[in-house]
Amino acid sequence: MKIYWKAILALVLLGIAITVPAWGLSEAYKENVYNPGKLKATDSTLKVKVGDPAPDFSLPAVAGGTVSLSDYRGKKHVVLSFVPAAWTPVCSDQWPGYNIVKDLFDENEAVLLGITVDNIPTLYAWTNQMGDLWFPVLSDFWPHGAVADRYGVLRSDGVSERALFVIDKEGILRAIHVADINVRPNLEWCAIELEKINR
Amino acid sequence: MEKTMRFLTGCLILFVAANLSAAAATAPPTEGGILPDITLETPVDPVHREYLGLQEADSFTIPEIDADIVIVEIFSMYCPHCQREAPTINQIYEKIEADPKLKGKVKLIGIGVGNSAFEVKYFRQTYDIPFPLFADGDFNIHKQLGEVRTPYFIGVRILGEGNHKVFYSRLGGPQDAGVMLEELIAQSGLAR
Repeated sequence: MKIYWKAILALVLLGIAITVPAWGLSEAYKENVYNPGKLKATDSTLKVKVGDPAPDFSLPAVAGGTVSLSDYRGKKHVVLSFVPAAWTPVCSDQWPGYNIVKDLFDENEAVLLGITVDNIPTLYAWTNQMGDLWFPVLSDFWPHGAVADRYGVLRSDGVSERALFVIDKEGILRAIHVADINVRPNLEWCAIELEKINR
Repeated sequence: MEKTMRFLTGCLILFVAANLSAAAATAPPTEGGILPDITLETPVDPVHREYLGLQEADSFTIPEIDADIVIVEIFSMYCPHCQREAPTINQIYEKIEADPKLKGKVKLIGIGVGNSAFEVKYFRQTYDIPFPLFADGDFNIHKQLGEVRTPYFIGVRILGEGNHKVFYSRLGGPQDAGVMLEELIAQSGLAR
């Protein structure tokens, strides 16, 4: 019997491709989360480094109005949390965790700004599933991904990396973490980096 | 060329087989069945160690817990429903502890899937959770449990001599602590 090795190889590769990682996704989103499968871990090149002044920006917030990074100058440290896209698995279970650690930010005189490249209506519907978020959620939709691009975390397909930037009260970048897009960053990283600033 | 293809395919099949056996469970535990082979680290907190009736070993399995029934909550600190329902789960614990017919017989534990020890600690502190919680930071236990969504509840009847039976395995948490506790007790067959 002739064995079609190419066909077997293709089937095995397909099997690997459709095997998706475990996320422990919340029931809160029911069947509404789109599964993009496993993606290339990172797909951009940072344009800023620790010690640089953080590029300022003004973005519309889901709650209304506009939030600028410079609003916090001299008042609060800022953590920017870029997540790739609304209604995707890892992102949907990242900010709800941050929602119960407000005291971690308060204790460290810091605020959190959540940013995605989605538009406001999409972000509104998505973040409504998370409960009342205590931190501003900002839309970097138009010009598309401009802020993500200025920080060097805009991927080639138009979504952002899963990235965290810690910026001190003087507006200087103190820590950067561009995570594997498929993996939620450990909360401990934020805690450690914020404590370092306040030491 | 065919030799190369054959070799490559063979390697890939071995790779996939190895990975499948590591993440063997593709479905949650079934009611009437048994748990996968889950090992948990013995809690450092002596109160939790005593609650679970554990010996001095570094690790233990759920059927080793000193109880007639163990209720396992699969949660994540990142899950909005788990956050919302945490006070209700605490009420279930309190109802058990306040009932002389259940105290010591029914025990609760939580497993934080994809949560580090730091994240589990934060969840515990935020909701003042009195029962033992365990971290599953690398999703190993989650994979063994069929990668369930959260919150997910598993009721285990401890039968003695190392035997046990899963009597409850369902997605979703309680609306009411008393209703869920009664449902669990009724389904377990535990005499009151």
